[in-house]
Amino acid sequence: MKPAPFTYHDPATPEEAVALLAEHEDAKVLAGGQSLMPMLNMRFVVPDHVIDLNGVAGISGVTDTGSALEIGAMTRQRDLMRDAAVVAKTPIIPEALENVGHFQTRNRGTIGGSLCHLDPSAELPCLMAAYDGVLTAHGPDGARDIPFAEWPLAYMIPTLGPDELLTKITVPYWGADHGYGFVEFARRHGDFAMIAVAALLEVEGGTISRAAISIGGADVRPLRLTEAETALVGAAPNAEAFKASAEIARGIDAMSDAYVSSAYRQRLAATLVERALVQAAERASGSA
Amino acid sequence: MVVRYLGAEVQRMEDPRLLTGHGRYVDDITMAGMLEAAFLRAPLAHAKIRSIDTSRAEALEGVHRVFTHADFGEKYSHRMNQLYPAPVIEQNKTQYPLAKDEVCFVGETVAVVVADSRAIAEDALALIDVDYEALPAVVDIRTALEDGAPLAHADATSNLMGKMRSKFGDIEDAFGKADHVFSAGFMQHRGGCHSMETRGVIAKDDPWGDGLTLWTSAQSPYLIRRALATWLGESEERIRVVAPDVGGGFGPKAGFYPEEIAICLVARLMETPVKWIEDRREHFVSTTTQRDQYWDLEVACTSEGKILGLRGNITHENGAYIPYGILLPNSSLTPLPGAYSIAAIDVGVDIVFTNTIANSPVRGAGRPCGIYAVERMIQLVSRKLGIDPAEVRRRNYVRPDQMPYETGATLRGGAKCVYDSGDYEALLEKALELSDYNSFKERQATARAEGRYLGIGVSSCIEDTGMGPYEGTTVRVESSGKVAVRTGAASQGQGHHTMIAMLVAENLGVSPEDIMFESADTSKFPHGVGTIGSRVAANVGPSAFDAAKKVREKALKLAAEVLEASEADLDIEDGVVRVNGAPDLSITLGELAIQLSPASALRVPAGFDPLLEATSYDGSSGSPIACGSNVAEVEVDPGTGEVKVLRYSVAHDCGVMINPMIVHGQIVGGVVHGIGNALFERMIYDDQGQPLTMNYGEYLLPLASEMPRVDVTHMETPSPLNSLGVKGAGEGGTIPAAAAIVAAIENALEEFSVEIDYYPVDPQYLTELIDKGAAQAAE
Amino acid sequence: MADTRDIEVTVNGKSHTANVETRTSLGDFLRHGLGLTGTHMGCEHGVCGACTVMVDGEAVRSCLMLAVQANGQEVTTVEGLADEDGTLHPLQEAFWKHHGLQCGFCTPGMLTSLAAFLRDNPDPSEREVREAISGNICRCTGYQGIVDAALDAAKTMQGS
Repeated sequence: MKPAPFTYHDPATPEEAVALLAEHEDAKVLAGGQSLMPMLNMRFVVPDHVIDLNGVAGISGVTDTGSALEIGAMTRQRDLMRDAAVVAKTPIIPEALENVGHFQTRNRGTIGGSLCHLDPSAELPCLMAAYDGVLTAHGPDGARDIPFAEWPLAYMIPTLGPDELLTKITVPYWGADHGYGFVEFARRHGDFAMIAVAALLEVEGGTISRAAISIGGADVRPLRLTEAETALVGAAPNAEAFKASAEIARGIDAMSDAYVSSAYRQRLAATLVERALVQAAERASGSA
Repeated sequence: MVVRYLGAEVQRMEDPRLLTGHGRYVDDITMAGMLEAAFLRAPLAHAKIRSIDTSRAEALEGVHRVFTHADFGEKYSHRMNQLYPAPVIEQNKTQYPLAKDEVCFVGETVAVVVADSRAIAEDALALIDVDYEALPAVVDIRTALEDGAPLAHADATSNLMGKMRSKFGDIEDAFGKADHVFSAGFMQHRGGCHSMETRGVIAKDDPWGDGLTLWTSAQSPYLIRRALATWLGESEERIRVVAPDVGGGFGPKAGFYPEEIAICLVARLMETPVKWIEDRREHFVSTTTQRDQYWDLEVACTSEGKILGLRGNITHENGAYIPYGILLPNSSLTPLPGAYSIAAIDVGVDIVFTNTIANSPVRGAGRPCGIYAVERMIQLVSRKLGIDPAEVRRRNYVRPDQMPYETGATLRGGAKCVYDSGDYEALLEKALELSDYNSFKERQATARAEGRYLGIGVSSCIEDTGMGPYEGTTVRVESSGKVAVRTGAASQGQGHHTMIAMLVAENLGVSPEDIMFESADTSKFPHGVGTIGSRVAANVGPSAFDAAKKVREKALKLAAEVLEASEADLDIEDGVVRVNGAPDLSITLGELAIQLSPASALRVPAGFDPLLEATSYDGSSGSPIACGSNVAEVEVDPGTGEVKVLRYSVAHDCGVMINPMIVHGQIVGGVVHGIGNALFERMIYDDQGQPLTMNYGEYLLPLASEMPRVDVTHMETPSPLNSLGVKGAGEGGTIPAAAAIVAAIENALEEFSVEIDYYPVDPQYLTELIDKGAAQAAE
Repeated sequence: MADTRDIEVTVNGKSHTANVETRTSLGDFLRHGLGLTGTHMGCEHGVCGACTVMVDGEAVRSCLMLAVQANGQEVTTVEGLADEDGTLHPLQEAFWKHHGLQCGFCTPGMLTSLAAFLRDNPDPSEREVREAISGNICRCTGYQGIVDAALDAAKTMQGS
């Protein structure tokens, strides 16, 4: 299990990285390496060129803009979990990241790497779907912003040009009193989720004023349960409302594979949507 | 003061080396001129090889040679030998070191590249062109014996490897007079080896010097030496096989593999040392596994739950080849009737070829399957008759006053299976107490009120351990006073060094630190058998103890002469023989050793053989039968089907414990392996014979995060079959685990009438059973 | 021609320069380039954790990092845990005492992982220890001795 030979590049700036991408046809971008390296070792991918972003300046770190987090694509999962602004403003992110691999892989793994790898079961895409995160890509002609809803193109393929580089992720804040729930089911701690659910709720005066529910692992891309979100707004955050959301989740289109049937994924989605909403409601100030 | 080691929790002698990164595993060994190899493996489960073109691969820079079957030449063109021939084997199928013209499973060795580095060797694999003609593959053993099923081998007459049967007592009478007959069918699957160190081999051939040397990550170096000698048609004297530090074995490293021949041939033909280290993807397809068995059983019992007879049939998946005789099906039958006195049994096995990697024992071999089957039937009787499962067991155990108890079954090797000692009911009571079994119903009710589903499951087992013939030990005191101890038995982490050092130190009055231990090197000890079937403590234990005792006796006899004292007045402490009451009179063991190995022209004292040394092959006169009762407490989440093991309690009896710390480690590790079998590990093939679970994200090994704390208590009923009273402990944790877990899950889901018919139990399957049960209850 | 780079890496306090093929993993470089065979390659796809080492103090999979990426960084392997005078690290002592190893193959990765974990979490619960080593597979011990050792070592390290 040794990688096939490649030419290694270690650009120092995003511009250099983009230029290398433009120059080399069969190139792979190496971020934290926690998904790409196994694929290289197994020779599932055999690129001629590997462009390592670990030395690229200016694309890691977290900035609190006051209304959003701006996260450099090369920010390591570990650093996201430890960042004060992330913990204070988007507490669902560190909570969800506890489920991403293991602490040793989070020490290398990056948010950008996960979003570009786009595993259907991965936690970070599921979170970005809930937040309607915005992804900034750099190309030869400069930067462009891509709403997360448009980010997944197909199974494990983001809408990123061959010479484009993901550099930044913007996560808009929810109200200071928002509640959040992240629940997933995996066979073992750290495994990819069979189904993961992120729920965000804002509650005012005993009724839900804003809701977002995203489901990972059901389809090739995270699903937003918009029908349930709409139904929840204006409703009281109670068991009846959440059971209704669960029933909507049970009706989602879900894939099947050698291990897991679509019916089981739907059943899990129903269970976990309800649990995530209960958790979110408990944490939302103003629920009582 | 005499230091007692036997029974003490002595910290392991092996550990300082392993803890500081100074172990020496095969891949850590390097030598001048050594090249590295990679194998091209069959991508199809069944195919004819029309042609192989290695020219592009051989042209790659850094590649030295590429070998196919044809390149080994006429002299090395035959199939591997059957290690364990048996009349049961109707069609003997063994591999070629490299496939000749047909491949019969994904992963079969087709060619081997030898290059400057492993990476280059892998580069070259992609450049070998093989023209395959795909043949239909047979994968499902349930349909493999039907007319028209594809044949696993093109020249086979059917997919039946052979049939076996365990039959004793009057089965017709048992079923004729039974108040009840219940039946059940279930599938058992036990997964692969997955030692953290994969297999690996280094071969060096020096025809004018040391001969052929093979370093291999293996459990049975002597078996490999014999198999190699037989295959090559050469003397065992000219072949040395060494198992250095081995990173876990668990059964699949006990055999003899095609790579071990191929790398020897390559090293010989190229006249240079060659290393091959199995990578993890190869491990999934080239290290033998233990996969499916389908059981259909009927149990005959009285209204009180006394079991009269058991009958039925097993369909056993063999895989494509037979590397290991009939050990697996045989050891599945031997444990019937479990810990119980069941007068009549008639169970047959159909052993079926498939186009998958060959099956061989994994921790416990067939014993976990046999015990699971018996325990399932006990559970069935309990459920059908409404008698507590612990009580059904009490009513059926073999009692201490029945010992020695001859079950009627036959052990491997043909001997009668005789339970030598133990109190199975007392052991159950200890397990029940440890698990707070009697208060479980309250815990269950409290949890249920909170919407949680708790369940408890009990399982009992016996285990035939310590199989013969022997595992010898030589103990020799050196002139330095250090003690050289040699045995053939290989260790894969069981702590043999510590155990043997304890036994020798105790007898010889030396410190364990002064014992130089060597094992698993065929050049260091004449013959060894292998580390399998929980047999080492019950074989090496007595031989080490006996050899040390003989050395002690010799030392004392000689010291008595030298010191002019009575033997009865002598004692050995810290390597010095002293006369009791005369502190100035002493002689060291090293000085005595010099007297028995004098310099030229001197004489060995009259009446003594040379060397302060003894060898013993003392072992066990039969298979000591260890036993255990386990209680698992689980919580099932009906929302997801997830099973959490909350508590796990073990009462175990492996006779006298030499080092309870090591026994404890074996039991806990074994239990976790068993929980892995029950809930996680499954090697899945598709219907074309393509393996699907090919990495550790897909093949689920138990992790620390899901495993419970395991509470262990012991009884120590000495075995009458060896001098130490010991029984084996390596597999006793694994054997009963799946039955306890599955029973606990069913107990948790009683209101859904869940009946589980296979393991590993996955959450999707459980939710289907729950939904079905809920729907039926609603009707 | 193979793509190679000159690198300079400090391993266990000692500086090494080497010319490495860029496709070589850090783990293979440590083992075969520097002869530090205490780091074990168990799965080479980042799941088993046997190859875990510390890079600039953080535990990482050395099979998922290229040797060239360690250029200019400090690596600690299992060989670097004990003091130079041979005094074992409290974790090594605790593993010995609690029978936290059998075959020893996963042990280096367990030790390096736990050394980093206990530095950041000096007083963990059993649950936290179990989650911390959930990325390290042990086939022998059933984890219990390892967990006990980690909890015991944490106490020792807090006391010192």
